[in-house]
Amino acid sequence: MTPDDLLASLFPKKHAVVAGPHNTLSGTATLDDDQTVEVLGITGGTPLSPEIAIQLAGRVLEIINSGSKTPIVFLLDTASQRMTRRDEMLGLNEYLAHLAKVIVLAGTIGHRTVGILYGTAAAGAFIATALATQTLITVDGALPSVMDLPSIARVTKLPLEVLQQKAETTPIFSPGVPALAATGAVFETWPSDRTDFPERLKSILTTNDGQTDLRDRLGEKRGGRKVARDIAQRVAMAFSQVDR
Amino acid sequence: MIPEEIIHQPSWYESSARARIVGLLDTDTFAEILGPADRVMSPHLDLFDLPPAFDDGMIIGRGKLAGRAVAVAAQEGQFMGGTFAEVSGAKLVGLLRAVTAAVGTASAVTSVLLLLDTGGVRLQEANAGEMAVSEIIRAVLDTRRAGVPVIALIGGRAGAFGGGGIVTACCSHVVISEQGRISVTGPEVIETNQGAEEFDSRDRALVWRITGGRSRVLLGGADSYVKGDIAGFREMAIRVHNTVPAFSPETMMMEQDRLKKRLEFYGDCTDTPEIWSRAGLSDPDKIYEIDDDAFLALLSQKGSRS
Amino acid sequence: MEKFTIRAQARTSLPGRGKQAIVGVVASGNLEILLERTEPDQTVVVDVVTSARGFQTVWEAVIADFVTRSSPGGVRFSIHDNGARPDTVMLRLMQGVNVLEKTA
Repeated sequence: MTPDDLLASLFPKKHAVVAGPHNTLSGTATLDDDQTVEVLGITGGTPLSPEIAIQLAGRVLEIINSGSKTPIVFLLDTASQRMTRRDEMLGLNEYLAHLAKVIVLAGTIGHRTVGILYGTAAAGAFIATALATQTLITVDGALPSVMDLPSIARVTKLPLEVLQQKAETTPIFSPGVPALAATGAVFETWPSDRTDFPERLKSILTTNDGQTDLRDRLGEKRGGRKVARDIAQRVAMAFSQVDR
Repeated sequence: MIPEEIIHQPSWYESSARARIVGLLDTDTFAEILGPADRVMSPHLDLFDLPPAFDDGMIIGRGKLAGRAVAVAAQEGQFMGGTFAEVSGAKLVGLLRAVTAAVGTASAVTSVLLLLDTGGVRLQEANAGEMAVSEIIRAVLDTRRAGVPVIALIGGRAGAFGGGGIVTACCSHVVISEQGRISVTGPEVIETNQGAEEFDSRDRALVWRITGGRSRVLLGGADSYVKGDIAGFREMAIRVHNTVPAFSPETMMMEQDRLKKRLEFYGDCTDTPEIWSRAGLSDPDKIYEIDDDAFLALLSQKGSRS
Repeated sequence: MEKFTIRAQARTSLPGRGKQAIVGVVASGNLEILLERTEPDQTVVVDVVTSARGFQTVWEAVIADFVTRSSPGGVRFSIHDNGARPDTVMLRLMQGVNVLEKTA
């Protein structure tokens, strides 16, 4: 799906979202009931660089400083974080964390944050963008991953065929929407016909304030992360009972 | 192998995660949560014919630091590279959520100490590990927002790579030693993807100039530098206790400014001595050769964060 | 991976009052041992999970030697091994009983 198609489907009434530097998107859109939302994005499967992170984070901070509680929708087609010596030297971890932090901060102080993944997102870039929003949606073309199977094969020293075979029995490591959704990463996958995107977005903006991280519950319910939530709860329970 | 208890000045780098916790906290104050005897282990390693660990490489609990109640979590970098996985991640998520929930109650703690030692997400459990990192980031920020500082201590064998590098930069304060390394994509992965001319991972000096503790503290990716012994980390953890920035719009505006300026000033540099030279440090090439005392003296002249 | 249990009888029970201890790390060529004082006086139980296949008889010999030397009666040893050599295994076992004896 192209960004234009996605924007037209989400905001048929009106939008003023334009391309910014480094393959970013920025602007505002109007929902059917005249509610304004802020829109930010990455296009073209662009690897997440310090420049993009600073560009997007700066815009999020402007929105925060405006004093409104406008929802922020992130339209995402990135890649992995950019893999260069220069970016690592400059502290890419700080730039990725900075972007994640301002997105989380916006959510914490009352901006409902929604990620809509319409392309790729991987590894650290996935964490710093899509997974930093309160609610992540996938649409046609979404391909989230931690690492592609050939690279996992190289690191784990397992033959690719063996990995592919194992992937059939567990969603725990394979790329793609179904596996990531099973672990709780993706809240909803929207259908191809796109006719009800505005209603679906409206429903997310109104039904839940996004303040509690419910992804481990979702992962437990969907069976993609069977033990995480239980363990986190056991720790919380034990914490107040430990001798001190 | 020399048993840990007879080494005189235990080094952070050489020690196990458990030895680091014991040396960091006040004597006999560590109370582990979901310890080895609870056998909370990875359900996924069996699929890969790999032996599990009783603690899944994540040791969590509470204890005291200079008499103050703290929560602590330590990754064992020698087990599966100290990786974030379903169980190890959930233990840390649970601890951070508990700390946040305990604010204002009898079980409140004054800070969280994160002894990160990690290659990032455990690829055998890639999706669960990725989710764990994301949940940890949110939980760290919630904890900071609730007024409890989260202090990262970096100096282990595995460094703080991948999601671990991002988690590190989400903490209130980062303490690092010369051996500590912070990065997102590891040099080997960059070399595999982009070629040795982009990043020669066998050039150890280069790897350390790019990712190592001295570069990180000079550039501002770490806040405090310590000598590599456990006692040094302990002293610094005590000292920085509650002197750290809140997680607020104001703090993030300052961060935006700091990181934007770094790109403007040094974005065209190709190696760190170029940065130090441009920043006005004398003898930029010597920075990696001088001893820790000389480096600390240089740091105090320069002042912290650039 | 291979899993098996080795049982032995010690001359005496292990001194000290420590209930449990853990030593070692599941690193390459290394192992972790969880010691728990859960068995009857002279009984020794060793549960082994190891990445190296086909070495059960070597393990049995090392454990027999260790039980003779340390007499760790009353203790269950649970081991996760990532290809440690017999001398490393012996060292960790001795370290484990030493820690358990000294644990309050």
